[in-house]
Amino acid sequence: MGRVNIVGAGLSGLSAAIHLAKAGIPCNLISALPSERAQSVLAEGGINAALDTMGEHDTPAEHFADTMKGGVDLADPNAVAGLTEHAPEIVRWMFSLGTPFQMEEERLILRNFGGQKKKRTAYSKSSTGKVLMTALIDEARRWEDAGLIHRFSHHLTEDLTIEGEGEDRCCSGLVIRDTYTSRLLNCPGPVILCSGGMNGIFPGLTTGTVPNTGNLTALVFAKGVEFGNLEFIQYHPTTVGIPGKRMLISEAARGEGGRLFILRDGKPWYFMEEKYPELGNLMPRDVVSREMFFVSHRPDCEPQVYLDLTGLPAATWEKKLSDMREEILHYLSIDPVTAPVPVSPGIHFFMGGVLVDAAHRSSLPGLYAAGECACQYHGANRLGGNSMLGALYGGKVAAESVTLTCKGESLHSDEPVDLGLAPTQWREERMVAPVQVERLCSVLWEGLGIAREETVLSSAAKGLEELLAGDLTPWERNRALLGKAIVSSALARRESRGAHYRTDFPQRDDAQFQKTTVAVCRDGAIDIVFRPIPERRTDNGTNP
Amino acid sequence: MERILDILRRDSRESTPYRQFFHYETADETETVATALMKLCDASDLRDLSGEPARPILWECSCLQKKCGACAMVIDGIPRLACDVKLADCKETIRLEPLRKFPVVADLTVDRTVMQDNLRAIRLWLTDQAAMRDKVMDAAYEASRCLQCGCCLEVCPNFYAGGSFTGMASAIPFSRLLAELPVSQRKEAAKLYTGRFYNGCGKSLACRNICPAGIDVDDLLVNSNAIAVWKRFGKP
Ligand SMILES: Cc1cc2nc3c(=O)[nH]c(=O)nc-3n(C[C@H](O)[C@H](O)[C@H](O)COP(=O)(O)OP(=O)(O)OC[C@H]3O[C@@H](n4cnc5c(N)ncnc54)[C@H](O)[C@@H]3O)c2cc1C
Ligand code: SF4
Ligand code: SF4
Ligand code: FES
Repeated sequence: MGRVNIVGAGLSGLSAAIHLAKAGIPCNLISALPSERAQSVLAEGGINAALDTMGEHDTPAEHFADTMKGGVDLADPNAVAGLTEHAPEIVRWMFSLGTPFQMEEERLILRNFGGQKKKRTAYSKSSTGKVLMTALIDEARRWEDAGLIHRFSHHLTEDLTIEGEGEDRCCSGLVIRDTYTSRLLNCPGPVILCSGGMNGIFPGLTTGTVPNTGNLTALVFAKGVEFGNLEFIQYHPTTVGIPGKRMLISEAARGEGGRLFILRDGKPWYFMEEKYPELGNLMPRDVVSREMFFVSHRPDCEPQVYLDLTGLPAATWEKKLSDMREEILHYLSIDPVTAPVPVSPGIHFFMGGVLVDAAHRSSLPGLYAAGECACQYHGANRLGGNSMLGALYGGKVAAESVTLTCKGESLHSDEPVDLGLAPTQWREERMVAPVQVERLCSVLWEGLGIAREETVLSSAAKGLEELLAGDLTPWERNRALLGKAIVSSALARRESRGAHYRTDFPQRDDAQFQKTTVAVCRDGAIDIVFRPIPERRTDNGTNP
Repeated sequence: MERILDILRRDSRESTPYRQFFHYETADETETVATALMKLCDASDLRDLSGEPARPILWECSCLQKKCGACAMVIDGIPRLACDVKLADCKETIRLEPLRKFPVVADLTVDRTVMQDNLRAIRLWLTDQAAMRDKVMDAAYEASRCLQCGCCLEVCPNFYAGGSFTGMASAIPFSRLLAELPVSQRKEAAKLYTGRFYNGCGKSLACRNICPAGIDVDDLLVNSNAIAVWKRFGKP
């Protein structure tokens, strides 16, 4: 067996690599671009942990309860228990690596975030992802120097090596391509996927980064690996369109006192505060986005919702949100200190992905997944601040899991094998044409909005059939199959829960649907089944 | 709004560079050089200004909002981020060239691996638990913001790839370590800082106003110099 192969060098990939290195296990850390360019650097508002530094008597048990409730009881309780129990340790570890979390009187302070009544979110202005990444990249460098982490930046994954048939199938490595030289490398060994969300399925319509194309996710799906909860796509309430993408205005804006309003009969109506007196503007994201959708469709309201930050104290701007103000000024030419910002919901996070157990093993032995590409922890709706936590913790658990599974087998430090230059024609075949990207996106966009319905979803499904019947490259086909799995999952879940809202089935239906949606591709056909959620065990469930 | 992109292209590392012109039109005043490059590359049938078919332009991008450093290139003679430069603020013809301090891969893509190599060479990692206090937080935050884009190296008269002087792109992240390292651990770091940066820097501050992240270079250096060069180990 070769080194462990980690694809993706964002928070989850770095965490996995560092934890393997600490155990003396070498890895290849493969990424399309260097870590400084990973989507994780964009994360803004913060990371959750019941550190209880604000005198509110917060506990991991409450963090657990909020996460389960925020995910509308669809997450694996054992995995979530592990996550919330270990959250303080993860944040303290990042602090010891020199992450400049906001401090006051020599203690780390926490802010409010959506779906949580207590202050639980550690942060650094609204650049938390960036500062966490910097600390983690520096720590990874230590292990690069020690010869345990081998970087393959500017490399794309071209293929997943699968050995055996039927029940005996297992993942035994990867083929990667150097995008600077077109050289192919064979990398034998277990694989941990840390390749992030599938933004590229909705190009230009998400808050994420361009290199997260979804191509690799689609390849893994087409290879028959089980995916979970694909229909749950998070629309973040406060985004704005800038050229090429949606720009996020972090939940921290509302955590620090920002208020949403719409003009009703010409007057500002703070609808969230009126409808949800307890959490108000800080209800979970699915609720806020849906309410924004409803109010902006009312006849007595103007369609535009605004985020009002004009009441925030000067000190908050200066100490906690100076970077956010600069960004809004630069891209929108609006000074949020003096004028409200027009916002609308935009695609921000994928709760679904490679289905993994609490030990981050996928359905294919030898293949693990962590971070946003995996389906774990967030159920039907992710709470703000839980994603970076899930990526860091998930990377750690995946590393521990590989370590345990590989015990006894020798993971040696063989270099990947050079397979020579990728043939030109082969490169062409693997292309994804921009026009096909656009076609897939427009079909999916039509069906997978905030409010969904049978006829619209069926029409999207039909559109996908037509697309699949056309002349596609293998990569384009994989992407269309993944798209079809998302739509099929949304069609099959005939209820409303979290980020999946059906106008034709507006109620939650626990008897039938408090289950994981499992999608699997067999010879081009897609099966959807609903699988019971694991029972809560008394240990914290992370032992493989 | 109509613009001409005058792009210095190269088919591969070895091939000779040539200039190619592209016409780009948009009604959206907020679009940037990055938007133009993206849309040109998305065209199924890309043609240059004279109507000849052209292969897609190779360049790197990721965040499209000035946060990842991927899209650094020389725009009208100045190293900048393509996603930071609004077309509306440019003249009719916009000249795009790859950063000159790094080997070109093709077109506007350069290989910045040397930056990572330099950070390894100056041993940019904590050797001990960070000593976090209120006081160091601001400096550590500022230093953590470096995008590793390479713009500061582009304008630096003393930096060249492969040389022992590692430039501002390493001095900035290094200032985080100097601020956070426990006092007892600072000696070795100080030696590396002095040897690989301080002694080689002409202090002309040609790099001062170039950082697209807006990092306050002066402030961080004053801090680092105080710790590493003037050996104020006791009182950062
Ligand atoms: C604007 C924004 C703000 C956010 N704010 C917060 C927040 O405040 N709190 C929070 O908890 N979460 C937040 N999130 C979510 C969170 O940042 C992400 O979910 C998390 O960082 C994802 O980390 P990751 O390790 O899964 O992957 P990413 O950081 O997305 O990294 C993916 C990696 O995979 C590589 N890759 C992709 N495809 C391939 C391929 N085919 N071959 C090789 N490499 C490949 C990429 O190069 C990259 O290195 C935010 C997200 C965004 C977009
Ligand atoms: S001050 Fe001058 S020599 Fe020193 S890093 Fe900046 S540009 Fe280079
Ligand atoms: S200091 Fe500024 S210009 Fe230099 S690499 Fe960092 S972000 Fe770029
Ligand atoms: S694309 Fe990230 S800085 Fe321009």
